[in-house]
Amino acid sequence: MSVNTTIFFSILIAVGLVRVIRKFLDLPTRLPRINRLLDYIWVPGVVLFALSSLIHWKSDQLDELYLLFVFGVGIWVLLRLRTYRPARLLLLAALPFVAYSAFELVLALVAPAMLKEYDDSFEVAQAFTFIWLFTFALIARNQKNQLEKDRLLREEEEKAKQRISAQNVELERLVAERTATLTQQAEELRYALTELRITQNQLIQSEKMASLGELTAGIAHEIQNPLNFVTNFSDVSTELLTELEEEQQKPDRDPELEAEILTDLKQNLQKITHHGQRAASIVRAMLEHSRANNGERQPTDLNKLADEYLRLAYHGLRAKDKTFNATITTFFDPSLGHISAVSQDLGRVLLNLFTNAFYAVQKKQKDGNTPGYVPTVSVNTLHRSSGEVEIRVRDNGTGIPESVKDKIFQPFFTTKPTGEGTGLGLSLSYDIITKGHGGTLTVETEEGEGTEFIIRLPG
Amino acid sequence: MKILVVDDEADVRVLFEQRFRREIRSGLFTFSFAYSGEEALTYLHDHASEVVLILSDINMPGMSGLELLRHIKQTYAAPPPTPPQVMMLTAYGDDPTRQQAMQLGANDFLTKPVDFVALKEKLTVLASHEN
Repeated sequence: MSVNTTIFFSILIAVGLVRVIRKFLDLPTRLPRINRLLDYIWVPGVVLFALSSLIHWKSDQLDELYLLFVFGVGIWVLLRLRTYRPARLLLLAALPFVAYSAFELVLALVAPAMLKEYDDSFEVAQAFTFIWLFTFALIARNQKNQLEKDRLLREEEEKAKQRISAQNVELERLVAERTATLTQQAEELRYALTELRITQNQLIQSEKMASLGELTAGIAHEIQNPLNFVTNFSDVSTELLTELEEEQQKPDRDPELEAEILTDLKQNLQKITHHGQRAASIVRAMLEHSRANNGERQPTDLNKLADEYLRLAYHGLRAKDKTFNATITTFFDPSLGHISAVSQDLGRVLLNLFTNAFYAVQKKQKDGNTPGYVPTVSVNTLHRSSGEVEIRVRDNGTGIPESVKDKIFQPFFTTKPTGEGTGLGLSLSYDIITKGHGGTLTVETEEGEGTEFIIRLPG
Repeated sequence: MKILVVDDEADVRVLFEQRFRREIRSGLFTFSFAYSGEEALTYLHDHASEVVLILSDINMPGMSGLELLRHIKQTYAAPPPTPPQVMMLTAYGDDPTRQQAMQLGANDFLTKPVDFVALKEKLTVLASHEN
């Protein structure tokens, strides 16, 4: 250990200093190039040592010289980083110390005696620079920590912001997804609704057809009667004509008889027309009943309508059950006149009520629990003083149990065996009277005694 | 021979009167008409001994032809000189109805549309028996 080995301590100090500065100022990211150069901070020290060894220059100041160089490098680095506030503070902290070190070094080289002479003062100055250095280094560290905290806080905020915006994006995506689902569902529902409406219309139509089907035999009977008259009156008219011809051939003609025959002929032709029209009107009613509804109101003779459908319903049931017979009483108020109604719809209501009434009396008759039972269905129309028109359809049949009375106007509710009723009749009737005509359809019934349906229509 | 025709169709009267005009004019048949079972019973009540034959429809509002038949058979089981004959006329010429009518004591059962030629023959036979 002949020469300047103390410089190795300085090198160690320099390396330590570099590490501290590096860490404090985060050099790898702030000044990556210089940071790499700082790895070689030991090189000048070693070179100095080598040179001094080479020339056998032994000096106490060699290591100080090297340290000064290191300090210079440090200040240079700090200057490069002067925009970073802790670096500026550190610069402020280090400058007096470095300046003092430089001054002392120069003094030691130039006037070592002076150094000795003012040893105390110099030591005080050095202590002062040390205190300054550490104080400001501490402040710089605090500041750095504060900055670091702020940065972390900002980063946290930034992250939170990003998270929120990511969440927003996700939310928006979810909303869009949900909206799409809902839209699709709404679309499906709309489609289902359309389907339902179509089905409902089909059901209404098939209910109409079913009720018409039940009536076929009744209609046939109702048409057969007038047709029989047409045939019979034609036949008898032919006979009358033959008789008239014979009479005309006779030498002693009877003008009275001839006149009588002619009157009869005329009457017969009128009868033929009348019964032909009767048949035609039944066919027309049937067609009207089966036709899709146009819903237009027209002046309707309710008495006539009720009478027609009453016959159809009765003969319809008769055709199915030959043994069935019922007493039918009617009172048609002549002051009823014509009321504005969708006659086809009202006809369906009446038909439905009549069919139900006949069904009820027939059932009671078949049950056979009432000796001397006379199945009776009565239909009354009444023009009330309030202007309202009332149609009452009453039967003395089985009646409706209290437990089902509230349900009879519900769609698809039926007490009839499967295949005998659609369960739509009364619910459709209810709709036709209330929604279609602004009227009311009510029921009064007693189980085992009979039922009365009352239609009231505004006049 | 007095015949009571019971039918709710009013034009039946015109038809019968023309179909049997010669017989009516010659006095072979006399026709009376009732438009319901009830009306027929009232008429019979007043003219029980005169009516020889009752021609009744079955399907009528109110009292049906079969009920009328039962009433007649009960009430006029053996009136002087002989009980009236009852002939049923119906559009429903099915077996159950026919059997029911026969059970109740109908003398004959004809289906509508009425074959007037056949009916005339039957009535003529009856009239000749009557005389």
